[in-house]
Amino acid sequence: MAGPLAADDFLPLPPQPAMERAVRPSRSYWQDGWRRLRQNRSAFAALGLVLGLLLFALAGPLLWPVDPAAQDLEQLSRPPTLGERALLVDLSSEWSGTPAAESEVGAPLPAARLGRSSALSVVGSPTSQSVRLQWQAVPGARGYILYRTDHPPMEGDDLGLPLVRIIGGSEVSHEDRLNPQPGRHYYSVVATDGVDEADGYRTLAVEVQLGLTLDEARRRGHELPAGASVTLAPHPLGTDYLGRDLLARLIHGARISLFIGLTAPLLSIVIGAFYGGVAGYLGGRTDALLMRFADFVVALPFLLFMILFRIGFGIGPGESGIAPLLLAMVLLGWPGTARLVRGQILRIREEGYVQAARLMGAGTPYLVLRHMLPNTMGVILVSLTFAVPSAIFTEAFLSFIGMGVAPPTPSWGSMCNDGIKTMLTHPHELLFPALVISLTVLAFNLLGDGLRDALDARLRGRE
Amino acid sequence: MHRYLLRRLVEGVITVWFIATATFFAMHLVPGDPLLNDKAVPKEIRANLEQHYGLDQPLPVQYLRYLGQMVRGDFGISFTQKNRAVNDIIREHFPVSASLGLVALAIAAAGGILWGALTARYRGRWPDALIMLGVIVAISVPGFVVAALAQLAIVELNRLAGRSLLPVAGWGEWRHFVVPALVLGLGTMAYLTRLMRSSMLEVIHADYIRTARAKGLGEARIFFRHQLRNAILPVITVLGPAVAAITTGGFVIELVFAIPGLGRYFVQAVQQLDYTVIMGTTVFYGAFLVFMVIAIDILYGFIDPRIRVG
Repeated sequence: MAGPLAADDFLPLPPQPAMERAVRPSRSYWQDGWRRLRQNRSAFAALGLVLGLLLFALAGPLLWPVDPAAQDLEQLSRPPTLGERALLVDLSSEWSGTPAAESEVGAPLPAARLGRSSALSVVGSPTSQSVRLQWQAVPGARGYILYRTDHPPMEGDDLGLPLVRIIGGSEVSHEDRLNPQPGRHYYSVVATDGVDEADGYRTLAVEVQLGLTLDEARRRGHELPAGASVTLAPHPLGTDYLGRDLLARLIHGARISLFIGLTAPLLSIVIGAFYGGVAGYLGGRTDALLMRFADFVVALPFLLFMILFRIGFGIGPGESGIAPLLLAMVLLGWPGTARLVRGQILRIREEGYVQAARLMGAGTPYLVLRHMLPNTMGVILVSLTFAVPSAIFTEAFLSFIGMGVAPPTPSWGSMCNDGIKTMLTHPHELLFPALVISLTVLAFNLLGDGLRDALDARLRGRE
Repeated sequence: MHRYLLRRLVEGVITVWFIATATFFAMHLVPGDPLLNDKAVPKEIRANLEQHYGLDQPLPVQYLRYLGQMVRGDFGISFTQKNRAVNDIIREHFPVSASLGLVALAIAAAGGILWGALTARYRGRWPDALIMLGVIVAISVPGFVVAALAQLAIVELNRLAGRSLLPVAGWGEWRHFVVPALVLGLGTMAYLTRLMRSSMLEVIHADYIRTARAKGLGEARIFFRHQLRNAILPVITVLGPAVAAITTGGFVIELVFAIPGLGRYFVQAVQQLDYTVIMGTTVFYGAFLVFMVIAIDILYGFIDPRIRVG
């Protein structure tokens, strides 16, 4: 060891493979994170669910190539069905039942003394195109009033608005063509003396089935006689109030909602990471100034500005309104990430390995790209996963109050908005979009929890 | 302490000014103006109206004029609801939103602390699993869906009872409060439950708890006096953001339950581009939230002397 150092003392040693063999295989940060994530069963299931939802949005239109804007006016607000059978009905001629004989009606009586009809029956098959009713004449009646309700009437006042007023005691039949929806209806007939109604009424429960006029059937390519039945297009999740296929709208809505839900956080996180990175790296007065501005943006009432921006950027006729929505969400969404990344950068900047790299002459681009960015990636990824549910919520909320995606473009939020109006009678229109929103948010929340546990070094070793 | 307080207040005022400025210019960027809502009017009348409302002035002049008005505490007169001062609208409808929000916050805080403490206490056992399942569901279902389902539930309840136990919508008596406040507080409650759980889990293993146990204190006394009281502290810090979440969440609830709060007026004002009402409500809400956060920070200093500043 004696003597001065020679120049070749500074040459690197030849590689010595035997020395490099570690006891355990070394794992990178991401390998380790992946291993931890896989051990977390609920997070791993959530990852599968997220991939499934993406597949649903991307491949859905191939598997279910139904136009989400196509309307079937014969099937409005129908519950889930795999091809409903519809009876063909001939409506070309009017139906008039058998009038009662004059002897059955007799002399007119005042309303108070009128009885109730002794029989009410359906003629033929009741369909949504026509329900033919025939009843027994009430002696002394000068006319009848027919009611249609969805629930069995409990008392006389419960009959609602009349379906039709019939003048003439012997007119004891009626054909209801006022589009009774398929399902159970209650028809009630009340005798009148021409002005006032009698107290008694006769009610009949009628199971109405889906009907199709011959013209409509011909338009759909069925050359069949009246009385035959045809199978209509299947709607596995039912149809909405405009007769559009709910599954197709859900798939196309997934494309919109997931696009917004993923793109808005992604963009705001890129901007926020850049902003926070610059602030953290430069430090000092620039940092203080930049972060103060970020604080102001955070203090803006989020929803109010969301709505303002959304309207400010405006949407022309025929546009879907996705771009203004995205812009508004990005403009307001970036400060969270900026704060987070700045904190990370401030910490990393003082780390020993960064100092070492700087001592060895590493330039700023190298430091940022090689050390700072990769080391903040975990935190950024976690905040991205948590930002997705809130972006989906925001989109859904804005569409819900009618300020999000413009109709007829389907989005999960606007579908909920449509569905909530018919919630009491047709719950499936609200249920399915609400369910996919909840599932998506659940999946991203669980995934975010799992990712945080797997990637966030501070939480290592804690439960 | 006084200097800290002063600094926070000055910062708060600057923030409110920033909100007002941003709102003012964002609002005027929106194409159209509040006068367009009326039927087409002759040019002269329009010019007259513009002059009356000061809309004929250049934007910076309007801005300065409005700012001066605002500093004196006058938010102006609504464009669409003639002769109605924005101050009156706020005075009339903010108490509705605030009382609903306050009840919701109380429910959220009480529920969150209780559930969170229970999950920590029964960690890994069925009460923990059950409550955390409820939390994850409450976080994942959008507020308006919960609200709609709650309305359905009320309808079913009333039908089962055969009379109207709870109203489905509207405003007026205490029965109108119950369900909307519960729905409004649900999301925040879930969030607070999670927070309380992790805070409680930290406290449970603290040295002073072991000391208390070694001294022979009863479990109930340890739970209430030592664990709960110390674990509540972090929950108080997030009450500021929780107030914000509940105020904005109130928008939906007010719409679904037909409650005449300020949120509904704001949505309506934005749709009609009612400049003064938009400005008034935004600045008012912004100021409310900003000073709420400051108040809670100061309150926190009183509760936990360790972090008192200045």
